[in-house]
Amino acid sequence: MPNTEFSPSIDSRPTYTGLVSQGSAPAIMVADEAGAGALSDLATADASVMDNAHVVLVGCAASVLGDNAPRAVHETPDLDAATPLVSQLLNEARMGTQLYLAGSEGLMGHVSALATAAGMPLGEIQMEHRGSIARRMQCVHCKGITEGVTTDPFTCSHCGLTLFVRDHFSRRLGVFQGVCVDAETPGVVPETVEIQA
Amino acid sequence: MTMQFNDETFRGDYTYFNSETAINRFPFPFDQDTYMYSVNIEQHPGGPKGTPFEKMFDVDEHYVSEMKDREITLAEDPLRCQSLPHMELAGWDLLELIMVSKAKDYPDLFKLTRDGNDWHWVNKPLGIEKKFTFLAPTTLPCGPMEYITRQTQGDFALLHERDGNLWMDAGMVTSQADWSLDFDVGMNFFEWHAPVPKAKKMGVFDKALKFLLSVNQGQHYRRLNWTMTVNPRLDTSPENYHKWGPEKRTITPENVGQKQFLRVELQTFFRLPRSNALAFPIRCYLMNLEDIATKPKWGRRLHRVLRDIDPDLADYKGFAVNQEMIVNYLSQFDDGAPTSPGIFPES
Repeated sequence: MPNTEFSPSIDSRPTYTGLVSQGSAPAIMVADEAGAGALSDLATADASVMDNAHVVLVGCAASVLGDNAPRAVHETPDLDAATPLVSQLLNEARMGTQLYLAGSEGLMGHVSALATAAGMPLGEIQMEHRGSIARRMQCVHCKGITEGVTTDPFTCSHCGLTLFVRDHFSRRLGVFQGVCVDAETPGVVPETVEIQA
Repeated sequence: MTMQFNDETFRGDYTYFNSETAINRFPFPFDQDTYMYSVNIEQHPGGPKGTPFEKMFDVDEHYVSEMKDREITLAEDPLRCQSLPHMELAGWDLLELIMVSKAKDYPDLFKLTRDGNDWHWVNKPLGIEKKFTFLAPTTLPCGPMEYITRQTQGDFALLHERDGNLWMDAGMVTSQADWSLDFDVGMNFFEWHAPVPKAKKMGVFDKALKFLLSVNQGQHYRRLNWTMTVNPRLDTSPENYHKWGPEKRTITPENVGQKQFLRVELQTFFRLPRSNALAFPIRCYLMNLEDIATKPKWGRRLHRVLRDIDPDLADYKGFAVNQEMIVNYLSQFDDGAPTSPGIFPES
């Protein structure tokens, strides 16, 4: 399964160009189960990419990487549990460290936001989308973040407002924006549709 | 003090009003009978005496009440003011620019005395007197950008220049035309403008960015932008859209003249000396259709502009649902006579 092709959209919507090996440079890799396939493909293309790589796997076991053994691999149950570990790796990273992210938009958005906050330049972050096209959404009204949003509109899991799913994306927060869809006409809500790639 | 300040509100009972003086000096944004995007930039300051273009930072009759409204908004939502860690120096640059300009342009309202880095600031309309040390953050009650923009009308974005782009890395935004600083802070020029329809294809953003990157020390520029707002509300934020959105549907043929406001943004650009950041103040002026129509040229022209506007822009600017009522109302002021070029009313 290759990198997902998304329809062209506005300039703030992230695009994912796929992972390309930067050789044996120090690396941090973060992937979920679907994204782990991209790490395997990367290592198959150039085994040296794993020589100095710390791999953080979210919600899957190290066995998904097959024979591609990185310098260190860490299994975490979910993104919340992975966050302190990833933050520490980012804060300790030296100049030139490469960040490889693969999997859902939620994972990539969240970790790339941590990375830029830690001072990592955008040019050293690579991303490849694999798996679900569910979005990590922030309600602009209550600021609550809902993971795994697959429909438009959706109901904010925090404040309960019905939100229109925008393509506008904040790289600082790593989230898409949800805006009340029936603010002007309370109760008049468009039919729910599946979000498309 | 020579200037009288209105006691008025921008929410709730909406007692905001424009005096005859304010009507006469309103920055009407249309220089012809049609409207489309353009990079309509000119030098700033400079303009006829009494207009909002004359001074670096215009102070008018709404000053004190606008600052009270900002205080309410910030108390409810402190995230309307944000500054990423590398932007503090740009905040001091902005504070200096505003204090020096206001003290020079309005000596009866503001006074700045400087002895090296020991500064003494007096703001008479707001009753503030403060001694502090320039560039020493602990000598102010909050960050320098927040301190000075709590005392200056208009929203402010501070743009950091790197990688051939401008990054909105700090701002004070409480009177915005439906965009979120909290969401957009940290974005580059193309990203924060991404939701604007049509303009990208027209090349407006490429040209505007090139222009802004070439703004040098000591050069200041301005442009006008506009939208439409129901009720004189400064805080038309996405955060509170579920609160003000319903008001958009309260327009009737009977009340449209009083309740529908033309919202004009006087946007200015200043290169800041120490940080090399760009300051981007966005000053909001509100006037209802009834007051606009007291100037025959403006009544005629606004009718034609809003009647013939691209439907995508009517939608983006948020008045498509009320467009028919607005245009019907304004039609009574349009006798078909030609209008003169330029934005100023015929005396």
